[in-house]
Amino acid sequence: MITKMNHASIFVLDQDSAFDFYVNKLGFTVNTDADMGPGKRWLTVNPPNQPDLELTLMPIGTGMMFNEESAATMRELVKNGTFGFGNFECDDVRATYEELKSKGVEFSKPPTEEFWGWNALFKDDSGNWFSLGQKKQD
Amino acid sequence: MRTEMDQYPRQYMYMRAVRAKLFIDANFASAIDLNKIADEACFSKFHFVRLFKEIYGRTPHQYLTDVRIKKAKVYLDDGQAVAFACFKVGFDSVSSFTGLFKRRTGLTPRQYQLERERFRASVATEPLNHIPSCFAEKAGWNKNRNFREVETIDRRS
Repeated sequence: MITKMNHASIFVLDQDSAFDFYVNKLGFTVNTDADMGPGKRWLTVNPPNQPDLELTLMPIGTGMMFNEESAATMRELVKNGTFGFGNFECDDVRATYEELKSKGVEFSKPPTEEFWGWNALFKDDSGNWFSLGQKKQD
Repeated sequence: MRTEMDQYPRQYMYMRAVRAKLFIDANFASAIDLNKIADEACFSKFHFVRLFKEIYGRTPHQYLTDVRIKKAKVYLDDGQAVAFACFKVGFDSVSSFTGLFKRRTGLTPRQYQLERERFRASVATEPLNHIPSCFAEKAGWNKNRNFREVETIDRRS
């Protein structure tokens, strides 16, 4: 029986830049930062308040699941904003929007009221987009 | 009856509260007077605390403490002494810092520091214990591989 998810991957164009985005702008915590040999680094971060979910900031390079051609294609797709990697939750979308915007995070959809709560869309430094949600209080 | 909160557009109120939060983020190490923040945000203290709590789920004072503890962890992670971390983030008593730290994290600052040291040593010496095996296999990383030696070999070839 599956009980929970503990790792998920986000494909990024540059791990150093992704580190800055996820840690310094979004406020995530570094979980594991391991040197795996020349040019190889295993880097995971935790969303605040979720220490048992590691998001792997996975570089798109040859050697793991890509050959040179598929890596180039994947980089192009990520850069063009093809992929949405998930939904982050927050206590207050409008306040989080103002804060992240002041830190230079790019939003493709400002906070919008939906029937279930509030929603906005933002991009990470690679081009991956995420939904930012706030459920309605009962 | 119109309250202070109704006098301004909601968005304006948000901007003020967000600015106050960012002010705390930037000035946590100083002796922040939260009354002054409420004044600068043009709120009465009561309305400021209420709006801040509504947005961030904590009072400004609780939030300031959280930020200080979080920053103290960074100094402790970096190997700094407990007293150094304590004063550097704006606390003025090591004993009250230690008590607060333990209430928030379940560990004393020194216990936290030792635990982090152990974790980092484990990541450095046995990284595969921290990487799901499916990824490690895909990358060709296996238990018998010494990453430092591999680096040397790769550079030679």
